[in-house]
Amino acid sequence: MSTSVALIAGCAVVTAVIKAAGPVALGGRELPPQVTAMIVLLAPALLAALVAAATLADGDELAVGADTAGVAAGCLVYWRFESIVACVVVAAGVTAGLRAL
Amino acid sequence: MTDVRNETARDAFRRGVREGLPFAVAGGLLALSFGVVAVDAGLSAVAAIVMSAIVFAGSAQFAAIAIVAGGGSIGAAVAAAALMNSRFLPMGAAFGPSLPGGPLSRALQGQPVVDASWATAGRGDGTFDRWLLFGMSAMQYVTWVTGTVIGAIWGEALGDPETLGLDAVYPAFFAALLLSEVRSGRALSVAALGALIALALIPSTPAGVPVLAASAAALVGLFRRDDDRGERLRAEARAESPR
Repeated sequence: MSTSVALIAGCAVVTAVIKAAGPVALGGRELPPQVTAMIVLLAPALLAALVAAATLADGDELAVGADTAGVAAGCLVYWRFESIVACVVVAAGVTAGLRAL
Repeated sequence: MTDVRNETARDAFRRGVREGLPFAVAGGLLALSFGVVAVDAGLSAVAAIVMSAIVFAGSAQFAAIAIVAGGGSIGAAVAAAALMNSRFLPMGAAFGPSLPGGPLSRALQGQPVVDASWATAGRGDGTFDRWLLFGMSAMQYVTWVTGTVIGAIWGEALGDPETLGLDAVYPAFFAALLLSEVRSGRALSVAALGALIALALIPSTPAGVPVLAASAAALVGLFRRDDDRGERLRAEARAESPR
């Protein structure tokens, strides 16, 4: 029980501090245009890295699996129909289907 | 004057709630898988639910639980959560200039930042619609907690999360966000560069570091500005056309 409390409290505190840092440091300020251009590009960089890390790696090894195919199928569905719900449902379904084979 | 501004804020919040709905449904599925995984790892159902309610950061929660499940220490789990969340440092730095108020108020306004809301609330010119972000995150918070409750309490009846393919929900969720975000050749090349940086670092660095390091790909923005104008025009056209 006490380990759960420490885990949850620790995660809550680091998350709150990290999320507060940027707004506290840079609130209400105009940024130079180059910095703004960089900010606009942060989202694709971070999202692509998250997807790559989650689909193409198993722990610290690069690996392709049923989930890789599932996510690719989900992407195809999203690209075609622009529904994020359909995307995740198809991704889970294809992954589960391949594992059941 | 104040009334008009309040109404605009309320409208933006409502739009956020509406636009947040699909992300909230997908996030609910993700939370469901988190509830199952957390109880599997030895957390009580209540602990899993409380964690979702006060941490509200999917990738950090999954990272921390994976370390606990693998027999790692609490310190290591919290460190992994911090690294996973480190991407909120650049995201918060981007969001900060769009926030009014004193430091404490801004610190609080920074808390609802989650990936989907942050990516959607960006206007494409470096500024953010904060009320849209708050509305989207509110919606996602509700389903994040609800999904965890369902997964933590009734998860055993659902079966093994991997058999159900629930581990594919999280990357698919972010992949869809990425697809909606990449609208220019430059964004596409930055995305590819970010993915390459992450993949190159995965074998040699702890979880979270590869994703944080990938934010360096955005430094391209400091040097090349030739298609900025085109991107801004497209962003304006997007803002004007109802989705």
